[in-house]
Amino acid sequence: MHRIKVTINGKEYEQEVEPRLLLVHFIREKARLTGTHVGCDTGNCGACTILFNGKLIKSCLTLAVQANHAQITTIEGLAANGLHPVQDAFLEKFGLQCGYCTPGMILNACYLLQSNPQPSEAEIREALEGNLCMCTGYQHIIDAIRYAAERMKQSGTVQL
Amino acid sequence: MIPPQFEYFRPASLPEALALLSTYADDAKVLAGGQSLISLLKLRLANPKYLIDLGGIGGLNYIRKETDGQAERIAMGAMTTYAEIKGSSLLQSRCPLLPQTASVVGDVQVRNLGTLGGSLAHADPAGDMPAAILALGAELKAVGPKGERWIKAEDFFLGFYATALSPHEILTEIRVPLSAKRKSAYIKAARRPSDFALVGIAVCLEAGQGGTCERIAVGVTGVTDKPYRAKSLEAKLKGKKLDRETIEAAAPAVTEGVDVIGNIHASADFRSHLARVYLYRTIQAASQS
Ligand SMILES: Cc1cc2nc3c(=O)[nH]c(=O)nc-3n(C[C@H](O)[C@H](O)[C@H](O)COP(=O)(O)OP(=O)(O)OC[C@H]3O[C@@H](n4cnc5c(N)ncnc54)[C@H](O)[C@@H]3O)c2cc1C
Repeated sequence: MHRIKVTINGKEYEQEVEPRLLLVHFIREKARLTGTHVGCDTGNCGACTILFNGKLIKSCLTLAVQANHAQITTIEGLAANGLHPVQDAFLEKFGLQCGYCTPGMILNACYLLQSNPQPSEAEIREALEGNLCMCTGYQHIIDAIRYAAERMKQSGTVQL
Repeated sequence: MIPPQFEYFRPASLPEALALLSTYADDAKVLAGGQSLISLLKLRLANPKYLIDLGGIGGLNYIRKETDGQAERIAMGAMTTYAEIKGSSLLQSRCPLLPQTASVVGDVQVRNLGTLGGSLAHADPAGDMPAAILALGAELKAVGPKGERWIKAEDFFLGFYATALSPHEILTEIRVPLSAKRKSAYIKAARRPSDFALVGIAVCLEAGQGGTCERIAVGVTGVTDKPYRAKSLEAKLKGKKLDRETIEAAAPAVTEGVDVIGNIHASADFRSHLARVYLYRTIQAASQS
């Protein structure tokens, strides 16, 4: 067993874990933050996407022990003071149906908008390659991200 | 899917990692970005008793230019990620083949964690970076209990997920010679974005007098059990003007002496066809780069 300390959405979690515990299971079962989903469990679908020290990663392809001393943001962390503008935009533009892929999609969109606040449609599509959606056909997700970019430009919001 | 049980070490230095590796060699695996290894653990295709995480070792993550007499080269630490290669302005201006290739590996998340060293040591027969590394004539530094040695890219890939590294060695650096005259391109045929290559072709060439091709190196991936240099093809193109007829006449040599894979994604015939078509496209793209 290894004792690890991980900061998730500003709160510190200290736990004994088995080395084989995946980070996604640590987040869901130890920290009890179930907004991060397990989809394919093979690194393809992106439902388990989180921000790890500011970088977008898939938490099913990372071990919890690798996250010792890391700063993590999950979907719950975005809504600390009411919904984040990207979350609002997904609601407004129907960027979801069943909602399973949505946390990963929204974190991916936030990560994209941080480095590229006004992405083209092609850039959005490329950024979303690692996040699969079985319901929407993607168009409404792309509309939502463009809408969020527009709204954030107008209001001068900082992304995260 | 839950990985099997193992013990985990996170050494803070390379000597410490090497010591662990020589103690546990046959039962140990090193962990880099985990973008292949963690899936292999879950599928129980890898069953190490000890996992040695290279993530705590500083100084294995860099991209720099070095000079050796007249010659210039790029040196990259094995733990450099695809995202860092893609974003490097030094590479974009001096060795654009590397960022171009890194940008078609997987997706944003995979590129943020996956490393150059991991992709080479893993030696996926359809990996993208190996093709570029072969065409660039890179050298790979392996460090083990007996010291270090340099392995040429063309001697590194031995077969299906097999390399010239011994179980006691860690890949630490990748060195690429620079050339002001070099033109290059990498193009892969894949069913969808972020899929592995059905065929991937990397080309480096230098033009000589009167539009002939003075030097050419072709790295091929996805076609057989390992990425390889298409040497007999290179010999057919060297010194020639690279027009359509010349390339088409030489193109079958791209898979000469190679046991081409056929599977559910593409038959051996179709893959060979793709290799010839993508060879032409990649040479065209390199010439115009
Ligand atoms: C969704 C998805 C899509 C992908 N798409 C592509 C693609 O399109 N093209 C492509 O090429 N790849 C693709 N990959 C694979 C990806 O490139 C992996 O990152 C890479 O193969 C392994 O690098 P890593 O740093 O993650 O290594 P790890 O997974 O940590 O290790 C891989 C192997 O290499 C060994 N190893 C790692 N580093 C060293 C070292 N320094 N010295 C000695 N041995 C070492 C490990 O012991 C292990 O056996 C994809 C992966 C995923 C999950």
